[in-house]
Amino acid sequence: MLLSGKAHVFGDDINTDYIISGKYKFKTLDLAELARHVMEDLDPDFYRKITAGDFIVAGRNFGCGSSREQAPLAIKHAGISAVVAGSFARIFYRNAINTGLPVVECDTRAIEPGDELEVDLGAGILRNRTRGVEVGITPLPAVMLKILNDGGLAAHFRKHGGFSLD
Amino acid sequence: MGRSIIEKILSRKSGQEVQAGDIVVAKVDFAMGQDGTSPLAIQAFRAMGGEALFDPEKVALVIDHSAPSPSEGVSNLHKLMREFARETGCHLYDVGDGVCHQLMLESGAVGPGSLVVGADSHTCTYGALNAFATGVGSTDLAAALISGRMWFKVPPTLKFVCHGILPPGVYSKDLILFLIGQVTADGATYRSVEFGGEAIRALSMEARFTVSNMAVEMGAKAGLMEADERTAEWMAQYSRHTFEPVVPDPDAVYEQVLEFDVSRLEPQIARPHRVDNVAPLGEVAGLPVDEAVLGTCTNGRLEDLRIAAALVRGYRVSPNVRFIVAPASRSVYLQALRDGSLETLVQAGAAVVTPGCGPCVGTHNGVPADGERVISSANRNFKGRMGNSKAEIYLASPAAVAAAALTGEITDPREFLK
Repeated sequence: MLLSGKAHVFGDDINTDYIISGKYKFKTLDLAELARHVMEDLDPDFYRKITAGDFIVAGRNFGCGSSREQAPLAIKHAGISAVVAGSFARIFYRNAINTGLPVVECDTRAIEPGDELEVDLGAGILRNRTRGVEVGITPLPAVMLKILNDGGLAAHFRKHGGFSLD
Repeated sequence: MGRSIIEKILSRKSGQEVQAGDIVVAKVDFAMGQDGTSPLAIQAFRAMGGEALFDPEKVALVIDHSAPSPSEGVSNLHKLMREFARETGCHLYDVGDGVCHQLMLESGAVGPGSLVVGADSHTCTYGALNAFATGVGSTDLAAALISGRMWFKVPPTLKFVCHGILPPGVYSKDLILFLIGQVTADGATYRSVEFGGEAIRALSMEARFTVSNMAVEMGAKAGLMEADERTAEWMAQYSRHTFEPVVPDPDAVYEQVLEFDVSRLEPQIARPHRVDNVAPLGEVAGLPVDEAVLGTCTNGRLEDLRIAAALVRGYRVSPNVRFIVAPASRSVYLQALRDGSLETLVQAGAAVVTPGCGPCVGTHNGVPADGERVISSANRNFKGRMGNSKAEIYLASPAAVAAAALTGEITDPREFLK
């Protein structure tokens, strides 16, 4: 899978309340509506700045906090192709894979806002085309790669009739 | 090679001897969802072709985060949950029953050695009962509802050993805030945590739940404790089932063991906008507060209400403060009514709201205004958490919340214990 787009850069410990506030997620399952409020408390105009295919780039512990699956879903429906971060909180990481949002763990410290990035999930490489550098990506565990390749956990269940992780 | 608590529970539930790093598919003893996560889980359940639950007796849906409903959107999602529960025969806890985690602890269905998944990050609370209980998302929950199973990567364990006895006026909330401040918000990510030592053993079950509840605030997958006579008393009071406690091997392999002497710990506080932005409470004493919140899955239990009631008895809440109290469950509410704690709190000026999550998640029951400062007994102080990104949230013990409600400013609760 080859993804490309520009970087929107955030800091460390971006929690799921920042990704999608509780005041919206309890009200609706309309993902287009939730997507309009993604990252709103950090940048009220964020949704309007996204071009389909762009990346959210962050530091350590992205997605900490609540278990709300609306977080990866809102990001995905806002047009973001993948989240690239130094590290992820574990529930968010699982939820992202389960809902088919690629998560890329690598050193993000040299990425600046607006950098043009290319992520090759198969080769495990992130290319920063603006800066002409490449960094290696921490590979997904085989189990998660299988779920992601099936299109998420719901699709995996439909395909195999349950967990088929061997 | 010796095994930690989580390695032993996952070995038992997967039918093979496993250790940190292994991937397992394990049997789930109980699965739970709340009103912020269940609607998506029901949607995922249908998308997966789900028709029946693996065992309706082992599934509960809880309407607690936004209850009673503040809007038509929320009402429609609650209705979806009620219809699903009727159709599948699972347990449904409705408006006024309480916070999902308190209800699970009181249900008797969860105990030592259990494996529980909950679509709420604070499911780790039941680790204090020696259960491996962890937060999952809605699609993972749906998979568990259908199959009664869940896949896990067996995590390594980080052990906290807390020596000494907490001094008067210092509570388990201060202890866990202190530990989170020490290791930071991602200090235990992908890891299981075990809490032990004299200070933990000396805590009541209710106080232990507060500690395990906040394990996820350091990123942990579980916050486990060993079972002892207090655990047995809790189970005898609430459950008819038998459980088999899990003891870590004496030569269990820990990634790290962190030891602290907490016998001189001072009241702690988490400052905006991070749970790990912890300092001794004295450093911010005197800051005015506009709202004081007592409740939530962290600190809304009977012991917490009693501590606050004892502190406010004979005083009046500051005219500058809204003091909001949300009992953690109907049972807690009734007991606090009977023993007079609620009467004392209401007489002092508290506003009691429906048992449930209260104003913690920003949907109802006390959204702060722009520029306001809240002191809360909850577990998260992220910007916007309580519904307004222009407000500040400080986290502290129930005693510190009650003290601030009286004085109108952040106050060391020990001043009221002299």
